[in-house]
Amino acid sequence: MNTKEFANEMRKLILSSLFHAKSGHPGGSLSCTDLLAVLYNEEMRVFPSSPKAVDRDRFVLSKGHAAPALYAALALKGYFPKENMNCLRKLDSGLEGHPSMKCTPGVDMSTGSLGQGISAACGMALAGKKSGDSYRVYSVLGDGELEEGQVWEAMMLAAHYRLDNLCVFVDFNGLQVDGPVAEVLSPVPIGEKMKAFGLHVIEIDGHDLDQIRSALAEARQTKGQPTVIVAHTIKGRGVSYMENQVSWHGAAPNAEQYEQGMKEVEANV
Amino acid sequence: MSEMKAIRDAYGEGLAELGASYENLYVLDADLAKATKTITFKNAYPDRFIDCGIAEGNMMGVAAGMASCGKLVFASSFAMFAAGRAYEQVRNSIAYPHLNVKVIGTHAGLTVGEDGATHQCLEDLALMRAIPGMIVLSPSDATQMKAVLRFAAQYDGPMYIRASRPPVPVVYQEGSLTYTLGQSYRLAEGDFITLMFTGPFHTLAAEIRALLLGIGLKCRIVDMPSVKPLDEVAIRLAAEETGCIVTIEDHNIYGGFGSAVCETVAGMALPSSSGPRVLRIGVEDQFGKSGTPAELLKAYGFEAGAVAQRILKAVCPEKLSMLS
Repeated sequence: MNTKEFANEMRKLILSSLFHAKSGHPGGSLSCTDLLAVLYNEEMRVFPSSPKAVDRDRFVLSKGHAAPALYAALALKGYFPKENMNCLRKLDSGLEGHPSMKCTPGVDMSTGSLGQGISAACGMALAGKKSGDSYRVYSVLGDGELEEGQVWEAMMLAAHYRLDNLCVFVDFNGLQVDGPVAEVLSPVPIGEKMKAFGLHVIEIDGHDLDQIRSALAEARQTKGQPTVIVAHTIKGRGVSYMENQVSWHGAAPNAEQYEQGMKEVEANV
Repeated sequence: MSEMKAIRDAYGEGLAELGASYENLYVLDADLAKATKTITFKNAYPDRFIDCGIAEGNMMGVAAGMASCGKLVFASSFAMFAAGRAYEQVRNSIAYPHLNVKVIGTHAGLTVGEDGATHQCLEDLALMRAIPGMIVLSPSDATQMKAVLRFAAQYDGPMYIRASRPPVPVVYQEGSLTYTLGQSYRLAEGDFITLMFTGPFHTLAAEIRALLLGIGLKCRIVDMPSVKPLDEVAIRLAAEETGCIVTIEDHNIYGGFGSAVCETVAGMALPSSSGPRVLRIGVEDQFGKSGTPAELLKAYGFEAGAVAQRILKAVCPEKLSMLS
């Protein structure tokens, strides 16, 4: 499966899992789908049959509410059957509402409380540096999540300890629960702030697979500094009625909306 | 007079002693290495000490990430910031995924002294005890702290360990003491009541016992470093054989060690009794304030005469007048 197909399959799994769950977060799952598709289908060295392999690359979904996107990537990689996706958020299904490393194979850190995952990603990168391990650590932050002070504590530490084995995406979709991030509590200019904190910053279109690839390659070659990739994205990307609609932050599609969304994603293949 | 040593000093030394046996042991601090005494470990193993700066929430997340990669992590700060400020990071990033992080809160309780209320954490036991799967330990002297640390290094999972600031008597002989999970230490026999304390209250308990012995009442004394899990056998025996348990802790009486004993006793089928089952000595829902540790303990009721009076009032008021 090429990565465009992988991303499309992810979007279908996200829609169907949320439709069956009747709750969850489609907008922010669809905005980071292309980032995760490149990571899991191309970039990361992972071993689905041995999810805890010590030399695997790590991924921390700091914006844990985008769990359906992570689960979709893991299912497509074969960590668990794709059919499980339709049990998302159901009792003892193994797919908690927010990622749990104790419940789901392939989840490297339990996240969901915003601002915390990025600190754990720093800890993983620091542990790798201390042990001389070659694994890399990837993380995705939400733009609204940047309002959490802990994110900046983590960025300060990442730069201070020169964690060049850490690569962090900011899923800059511009919307959060209460409205546009620019109106709620603006985190911009994100790139300039990250630069001032001592990080190597790359700005890309977060839906352009080639731009994602080249940013990841640049991150790998950047030494002495962690890399932050500010990915300009569209919340709800791929489903017309969800795109750029704040109301689709945390609502599941009904049957009719689900059918329409699936048709649109299919048409994109 | 016995040797005096701060429990936090034993923490630093204990870490340095463990550093040789555990190559995966890392110590994190938040700009307080000189106060928490992790500096002793830092001096011995500088490559395995990480200063996270004044950012306790982030430190707990970093600790979690390191533990997920196989490191044995001790994350240290004052109790106020380790258990208080970083509560949610401890809950969600460390305890929920059951990671092998030991959270150490030094400078717990009133005995921080002159720094006053903002630094005197009287709620850490309550906060940490309420987290599922969290082990909560509060050693009573330097030797016990080291025994607890040796246990902590072997135990795979999250744990909170409380330490206080000032020098306190070294009661247990170094080298001889071991700690196993949930263990308590019965220090004196008696049938009148049981004094159960957590943290450095050996002297206070002994003084209370001496006062009551003076009027013919013999107290049992039990040192309870395990706030969670509690030694329920020791509690049952105390309740059955001595009637009333008097808990002592440098902590709010709400939610901490005394509360935990109450919860346990309330669930036990015991012989009927007309008197109280548990009497809690602690800080009575107040904030601390500045003063020397000794002044503060006295001001907040941790004084043998005052406690003995409270015990007699509650258990056998007819003997109150006998107390000189």
